[in-house]
Amino acid sequence: MFQVRIHGRGGQGVVTAAEMLSVAAFDEGRHAQAFPSFGSERMGAPVVAFCRISDREIRLREPIMEPDAIIIQDPTLLHQVDVFAGLKQDGYILINTNKTFDQLGLGDMIRDWRQERLCTVPAMELALKHVGRPVPNVPLLGGFAAIAGVLKIESVIKAISERFAGKVAAGNIAAAKEAYAIVIAEMEAARRKENQHA
Amino acid sequence: MSFQPVKFYQTGTFTVGNRLLPPEERSVQASAKRYNSINSGHRACQGCGEALGARYAIDAAMEAADGQIIAANATGCLEVFSTPYPETSWQIPWIHSLFGNTAAVATGVAAALKVKGKRDVRVVAQGGDGGTTDIGFGCLSGMFERNDDVLYICYDNGGYMNTGVQRSSATPPAARTATTMAVGPEPGNVFGQGKFVPAIAMAHDIPYVATATVADLRDLEAKVSRAMEIRGARYIHILVPCPLGWGTASHDTIRMARLAKETGIFPVFEAEHGEIKSVLTIRRPLPVEEYLRPQKRYAHLFGKNPAVETIAHIQALADRNIRKYRLEARQGSH
Amino acid sequence: MLKQTEGSRAVAEAVALCRPEVICAYPISPQTHIVEALGEMVKDGSLAPCEFINVESEFAAMSVAIGASAAGARSYTATASQGLLYMAEAVYNASGLGLPIVMTVANRSIGAPINIWNDHSDALSQRDSGWLQLFAETNQEALDLHIQAFRLAEELSLPVMVCMDGFILTHAYERVDMPTQAQVDAYLPTYEPRQVLDPADPVSIGAMVGPEAFMEVRYLAHAKQLQALERIPAFAAEFRQIFGRDSGGLTHTYRTEDAETIIVAMGSVLGTIKDVVDEMREEGHRIGVLGITLFRPFPIARVREGLQGAKRVVVLEKSMAIGLGGILSTNVRMALSGLHMHGYTVIAGLGGRAITKKSLHGLFREAEQDALESVTFLDLDWNMVNKQLEREKAHRRSGPVAENLLRDVGVVAARNY
Repeated sequence: MFQVRIHGRGGQGVVTAAEMLSVAAFDEGRHAQAFPSFGSERMGAPVVAFCRISDREIRLREPIMEPDAIIIQDPTLLHQVDVFAGLKQDGYILINTNKTFDQLGLGDMIRDWRQERLCTVPAMELALKHVGRPVPNVPLLGGFAAIAGVLKIESVIKAISERFAGKVAAGNIAAAKEAYAIVIAEMEAARRKENQHA
Repeated sequence: MSFQPVKFYQTGTFTVGNRLLPPEERSVQASAKRYNSINSGHRACQGCGEALGARYAIDAAMEAADGQIIAANATGCLEVFSTPYPETSWQIPWIHSLFGNTAAVATGVAAALKVKGKRDVRVVAQGGDGGTTDIGFGCLSGMFERNDDVLYICYDNGGYMNTGVQRSSATPPAARTATTMAVGPEPGNVFGQGKFVPAIAMAHDIPYVATATVADLRDLEAKVSRAMEIRGARYIHILVPCPLGWGTASHDTIRMARLAKETGIFPVFEAEHGEIKSVLTIRRPLPVEEYLRPQKRYAHLFGKNPAVETIAHIQALADRNIRKYRLEARQGSH
Repeated sequence: MLKQTEGSRAVAEAVALCRPEVICAYPISPQTHIVEALGEMVKDGSLAPCEFINVESEFAAMSVAIGASAAGARSYTATASQGLLYMAEAVYNASGLGLPIVMTVANRSIGAPINIWNDHSDALSQRDSGWLQLFAETNQEALDLHIQAFRLAEELSLPVMVCMDGFILTHAYERVDMPTQAQVDAYLPTYEPRQVLDPADPVSIGAMVGPEAFMEVRYLAHAKQLQALERIPAFAAEFRQIFGRDSGGLTHTYRTEDAETIIVAMGSVLGTIKDVVDEMREEGHRIGVLGITLFRPFPIARVREGLQGAKRVVVLEKSMAIGLGGILSTNVRMALSGLHMHGYTVIAGLGGRAITKKSLHGLFREAEQDALESVTFLDLDWNMVNKQLEREKAHRRSGPVAENLLRDVGVVAARNY
């Protein structure tokens, strides 16, 4: 079972992102369970949503406390909420930012982490560019398809076109594809770097 | 030589022999084929104004709807005296659910009829003043606001008579009830701000609102008939004296209702979409004392030291009704 | 058809397939998504003929359903928590009148303190209201139970409450198999009321009944629920024939063969419990699960049958009888009368407190050692509790309990960051 936790703020489509992840997994014939953190949060408040993906029926109903991957939709949360709580050793981290992990002040935390599992995507900029709205959730899903190898980008694109229609769907698909490409490139660069060190 | 028209009715009573009227103007109750929706043999008190009002109102609704009426009934005297097991007086389909939900139950019945395409079957909801102006008020307002196709009839006897004469929000100022006893420096019910639900109904801008009393049953029937011509939320508020709660003689029920109207204590009018369309005028307004004195619930106002100020206060309220609803007959009309 | 969707949406679609004729809606979390979806279907014409009524309170919602059902329409509403309590008088009335209304309860706690999260306090407060009560374990079961509920309600002329865990199920996206309209039509015949308001054949519904017949009317309500107990397995079997899966019924056992310890629970927590039981079974523990699908009428004989081989029974419930212990466990005890075994009540998950595998592992191991208190509060923060008890001992004006606890939690939380 692969477990994802998504952190963001009310209005950024955190819950939608988890739901779309589950739909993408379903489209691949897998079992998936997405659920929000069940708060009465208002716009702008920290929000968490979860997604489990498995090849078997998912019966577990506890919140995800030890995720395999964390998606951070809003980097301003990094020093407000313990977003990395319980993250498995060498788990995947995907942050919506145009800065590096060092610039975000996370250098110490990720020193011994496998570098290709640490990814950033300027998802807000991609959303503005392709969709015209500052909603980073969908581009990040494109990025997620690149990092963990859990889902194919095609499944994410299918989930997007099931959720949205017309221009919004097309824009989000373009943003997700670009995010996917960015993360693939980042990971390859990181692997090359690691190989050089090795 | 000038022509002098002579009216049929006798001055002061407003009664008129049905046989003198053309058939279409005759009272529903005058017909041998009247519906008897509430059959005789029920357990209401002698002189019950509510039983009288309900009989006329429901039969008039039946006449207007060609017998296709379903009634929802609030808990209260009308429900209790008409249906103690194993008897029921109701000759029409009738449901009693709770005290405070009658308007909503009627909404549900109307919705079912609509979805089943039974447009010819009409819905009447009915309750006393407690079930209407107090505990059922939320559901009533909701039904008005949605403009559900329901005629709601409130039989107002000014208190919770079924439970032993307690105060409701329709109990008039200074009246003695079991929870507003005639003791202390200000005996009887408080003056308060009043809660005249017909005016609140009008504020919902529903298509039809009317008041009536059991003193003028022909007027009551006419208002029910008019209401049945209209679709949407309609409200008729009928003053029904209660011999038990008011402390009046059983044979004085109609007289008391008439006095309520003739003093201006209870304005009788008709309104459509929030605007008053007609009033029953008063030819010579009577002093409120004539209405108050026969009622034991006001006995503390009279006696050795009459409560002159209180009576004057009630008179002022009646006078205000006369001004506000333009109840005084002008020259040349009645 | 398999689809990945939200629990609320799945239930709304299932309800729509049942062709409801009157739906009353009043918003309360976490039930709202269900009536929102149904409202949209009525407004866009895909669910027709149907009247969707936005009422002014839950009390009105149930009252409109009462009127509509009495006039012969298939009627549905949904609520939760305070909403269920606010409509309580009408809830009892609907069953007293024998009206086959179906209502979803998206289970949520009851305040004060106000809390929007899941437990079973709301539905269980209405356990003696005369309604049938079904509890769903998954969203698949939730949608299946709604289809069965209309059938049950109308055959028995009794209202049915389908309970599903608020947020945990209502807001969870997971796989469901949505039946076809033809399947539902084959299972659910047109509503033929036993009583109906009809000018052609006038009846009085809701007449006053005095001491001479009231006991008999009440007994008949009980007898009808006992009939339901006999007929529900047949309805579930028929459901299986048409829809090809097991859903509903009275109880479900899981790995109880040779089990020394059996855990009894209702609702979505059964999934987590089963995962724990699988892991413990692998380590050789003789442990199993009895899930209760039908809470009212309570399947006493079936529960007894399911538990009697065990050495101990742990009833894990998301509700409590304040001043006594458990509600579900008290009912289970009725089924175990005369059997000699250890019985434990565990109160868990109140107000949305997560029930984790880790806690359950610890709990079940303690139970196996018979080291549990007879009433245990799972994952209760004793520090918080004791601090408040001391505060109350020390000061007359100790202040609002909830505020004090929040302040204590706040201080602790602030230290972590």
